[in-house]
Amino acid sequence: MTDIISMQDPNGLVDGHPVDHHVGAEAMIQITDMNKWFGSFHVLRDINLTVHKGERIVVCGPSGSGKSTMIRCVNRLEEHQAGSIVVDGIELTEDVKKIDMIRREVGMVFQHFNLFPHLTVLENCVLSPIWVRKEPRRQAEERAMALLERVKIPEQALKYPGQLSGGQQQRVAIARALCMNPKLMLFDEPTSALDPEMIKEVLDVMVQLAESGMTMVCVTHEMGFAKTVADRVVFMDSGQVVEQAPPSEFFTNPKSDRTRLFLSQILKH
Amino acid sequence: MAEMTPTGGAPADSFRPIPPRPPPSSAVGPVRWVRENLVSSPLNVLLTAIGLYLIWLIVPPLIDWALVSADFFGSSSDDCTSDGACWVFVGARFQFFIYGFYPDPERWRVNIMFLMLAAFLVPQFLPGTPAVVRKWLGIFGLTLYPLITAVLLLGGVFGLPAVETGKWGGLMLTLVLSYVGIVAALPIGILLALGRRSHMPIIRTICVMFIELWRGVPLISVLFMASVMLPLFLPEGVNFDKLLRALIGIVMFQSAYMAEVIRGGLQGIPKGQYEAAAALGLGYWRATGLIILPQALKMVIPGIVNTFIALFKDTTLVLIIGLFDILGAVQASIVDPAWGRVAVEGYVFAAFCFWVFCFGMSQYSQGLERKLHTGHKR
Ligand SMILES: Nc1ncnc2c1ncn2[C@@H]1O[C@H](COP(=O)(O)OP(=O)(O)OP(=O)(O)O)[C@@H](O)[C@H]1O
Ligand SMILES: [Mg+2]
Repeated sequence: MTDIISMQDPNGLVDGHPVDHHVGAEAMIQITDMNKWFGSFHVLRDINLTVHKGERIVVCGPSGSGKSTMIRCVNRLEEHQAGSIVVDGIELTEDVKKIDMIRREVGMVFQHFNLFPHLTVLENCVLSPIWVRKEPRRQAEERAMALLERVKIPEQALKYPGQLSGGQQQRVAIARALCMNPKLMLFDEPTSALDPEMIKEVLDVMVQLAESGMTMVCVTHEMGFAKTVADRVVFMDSGQVVEQAPPSEFFTNPKSDRTRLFLSQILKH
Repeated sequence: MAEMTPTGGAPADSFRPIPPRPPPSSAVGPVRWVRENLVSSPLNVLLTAIGLYLIWLIVPPLIDWALVSADFFGSSSDDCTSDGACWVFVGARFQFFIYGFYPDPERWRVNIMFLMLAAFLVPQFLPGTPAVVRKWLGIFGLTLYPLITAVLLLGGVFGLPAVETGKWGGLMLTLVLSYVGIVAALPIGILLALGRRSHMPIIRTICVMFIELWRGVPLISVLFMASVMLPLFLPEGVNFDKLLRALIGIVMFQSAYMAEVIRGGLQGIPKGQYEAAAALGLGYWRATGLIILPQALKMVIPGIVNTFIALFKDTTLVLIIGLFDILGAVQASIVDPAWGRVAVEGYVFAAFCFWVFCFGMSQYSQGLERKLHTGHKR
């Protein structure tokens, strides 16, 4: 097992192709027989999914299939009613302390950015490190500036979110999540509220983040991103995981006819 | 076409920006204003004419009464010889309007209260005040100031003779009532509003009942209850101050209103803000204090100030339980037979005092809104 890990190159790429070398690695997320209902509506049905450390997962599927709900269960923005979710060895239960511990380690990026409009970009980024991780302000600000540099908008640090373009706001949102030093990043359709020319600048940041070895779960319809970055693509429909496979297999040789139908529909456009 | 481009070599369809020109004179300045606002249609011309006529009818006599043929100096009604306003009356009763029955030798204590109030309020209006100073003055005003003032006005400690609250009156009483009302109603209102949106049924029910109870009764009956009924329910011998009872009544009543104003703001916060705060690991109180409340309160500043202004003016209702605020003091003075007909002067003075404070609050809130504006909403 150890030699499998030691053989990995840092980008998780062999001859430029992602390989499923994480099987032996420790699990970051372990979802077992998870079920969730909204009232009497059964949104998630018998979900089983394992995400290993360092792995990049892309989740796709038709609208209403439960993709958002599933990843929102991982940091308890939604509560599941049956089965278990274990994040970095901590099982999600009613226990508020455990939920807090998990949220500290899991960063999340939303479709609509959800920046805090009354705070500047820099204040958005340092808020949680200062109040949750109790970092000294100076240290938090230095880290935040370094991360804003990484997402290529250090010059916007003192502006308010309302003064930025959508793409810039989304990059701030990514920097804000990274400021907490997360072990896992969740993305819920981070580019689907953006104009076409802004999508690329956000995807570039996400690719760069993937290359740095971050464990990522992305709900996205950007199939180009899935092909180049993902270790595994998870396809969902009607609250179920229909199929999961490395992108090479997923796009060229899907096992399920439901997947094939979905792919033919999105590739048409 | 090519020979028309001055550079000659440039292609005929190259883009050249048109330099900006000033707008025509009919579109700017006073001319435009008059055209747009006063004479834009026959109906508007007519309304303008009527308006000018009414101004001509009302304003000159008013100025004549209030200033030109008014009497300013003197000490008794004999000095009011002209047929204009008798401001002598206001001058002679000024002390009573401001201090009520607060004993003469102790009035410096009230003056200190006024001075301190001015000292931390005036800098808030000056644009050059640094943010840190503003903040600390604000904190002083909300915490230490009410305590210091209470000790100072009540006396009975540090060698200050005690002055019972029955003697308080005039503008000073108005300010005490409304200041305590404002400073207490805001935080209680915030807690009630949060409680009403709580997921815990017990807390929610208590808050809903509290709000609906106090909102459902008129302030007059609250004050009557506080002054007349409450003592009947209290055990024999237990008796607490009438002013304190009135204050509690006002605070309860106004915080119920405040709670609903703030709840309006809380409902305007998108769900995404709560989720982003939760995802960052902020707990309920931190998310509320750092993310939700600052935005919600900012959104409802006009409503909050509206409530404050209403509160300020509602304090006059304490008249009916025998406390003499500034309006009560004026009313008690104008019936004095030694002065003849001075009711208008007295009421104008009282109205002017109210207007100054209410206008001040309104201006402050507008300044605050401008300051807190952080770019366009998306
Ligand atoms: N809070 C909620 N209460 C009730 N039903 C909900 C709630 N949130 C989502 N749903 C329903 O659950 C189903 C799954 O929603 P979800 O948002 O997870 O879908 P999705 O796969 O993310 O779709 P999309 O691509 O449109 O974002 C949908 O049918 C939706 O209507
Ligand atoms: Mg979704």
